[in-house]
Amino acid sequence: MQDWRSARAPLIWVALAVAIGVPIAFAAASEQLAWRGPVYILAGFAGIIALGLVLVQPLLVGGYLPGLSAYRSRRAHHWIGGALVLAILIHVAGLWITSPPDMIDALTYASPTPFSPFGVTAMWAIFAVALLALLRRRLGLRLRTWRLIHIPLAIVIVAGSVAHCLLIEGTMETISKAALCAAVLAATIQVMVDLWRKRTLRGQSP
Amino acid sequence: MTMVVLNRRSLLSAGGSVLATGVLTAGVSGLLLPARADGLAPTESMSGGANNYRKGAAVVERIGKGGFWMSGTVRRAGDGAPLAGQRIQIWAHTVEGQEHEPQSHGATLTDKDGKFRLEMPQIIPIFGQPHGHLAYDSGEFKTVFLRPVMRSPKETSLEAHFVLQPA
Repeated sequence: MQDWRSARAPLIWVALAVAIGVPIAFAAASEQLAWRGPVYILAGFAGIIALGLVLVQPLLVGGYLPGLSAYRSRRAHHWIGGALVLAILIHVAGLWITSPPDMIDALTYASPTPFSPFGVTAMWAIFAVALLALLRRRLGLRLRTWRLIHIPLAIVIVAGSVAHCLLIEGTMETISKAALCAAVLAATIQVMVDLWRKRTLRGQSP
Repeated sequence: MTMVVLNRRSLLSAGGSVLATGVLTAGVSGLLLPARADGLAPTESMSGGANNYRKGAAVVERIGKGGFWMSGTVRRAGDGAPLAGQRIQIWAHTVEGQEHEPQSHGATLTDKDGKFRLEMPQIIPIFGQPHGHLAYDSGEFKTVFLRPVMRSPKETSLEAHFVLQPA
């Protein structure tokens, strides 16, 4: 509760809301929307929201969001992981309905657009993490093993999503899009550094 | 004579093409393309080029209300001779409709110099790239599908060039 009284805590939440909200607002004001059908618009926004969720995930894991206990952060990380899968499914299904041949090209890595393979690779990494997270207890994966699987996949998800998004010419405004991508990268790098530090600290103590 | 020594291959091929076709433009393109001595290579279809193709779009004066120009050339593989009267089909996601919709499709014929030019509505980005689609699919030559990309969505014209080989 003390966190909430300091100015830092609300600022972090405001910064998060701005980082995700501003790109969505710019996209909602894009003139491109006038020439798109509702399904295509929905698919596009599902993609933008997915990128926003990719920003929230490392913030939760790193415990950088004030006012959330470690337990609640972890629970939220699970639920947002599920929401991410749903957003990707809406993104892909909506694009498939809009133009089936283009989506089939993308999914089979035969697309002429350079951003497609990054997006599709990130999609499979997201599905893999979600599936393994669901089966983690059943498979009896210990924390160390789980991290050994999840961290490389998380890097693939982040790098793939950022490259995918930056190379697309669509409804997103360039600067707000780049800022959101930079925030995703910064949050991910910070978590990785923190995890590495904790690991080395543990390694040093007898 | 020094010119011939320095660049004999391209000059010979250019001279040959001028003799063969009697068209100055072919001679110029011969100079620009040294590989022409081995024969002008046919254009390969681009990946994704045939997406949302509707066979048999009608030859039209203009697609929709216009405002954007699609242009290009059609030549024969090997000697690079311009091909007149060839039907080129054009479609794209524009301000007047999506790629698959019939009103987004049209065709035009090449003139005696193998050039074509068709006015169509402004192309806008679809699937992350502002691009157009063109097809040669009339049987006499091998079918080719092209998918040129605009450098910026603000551009109001786009070019695509065909080099066709016998079917």
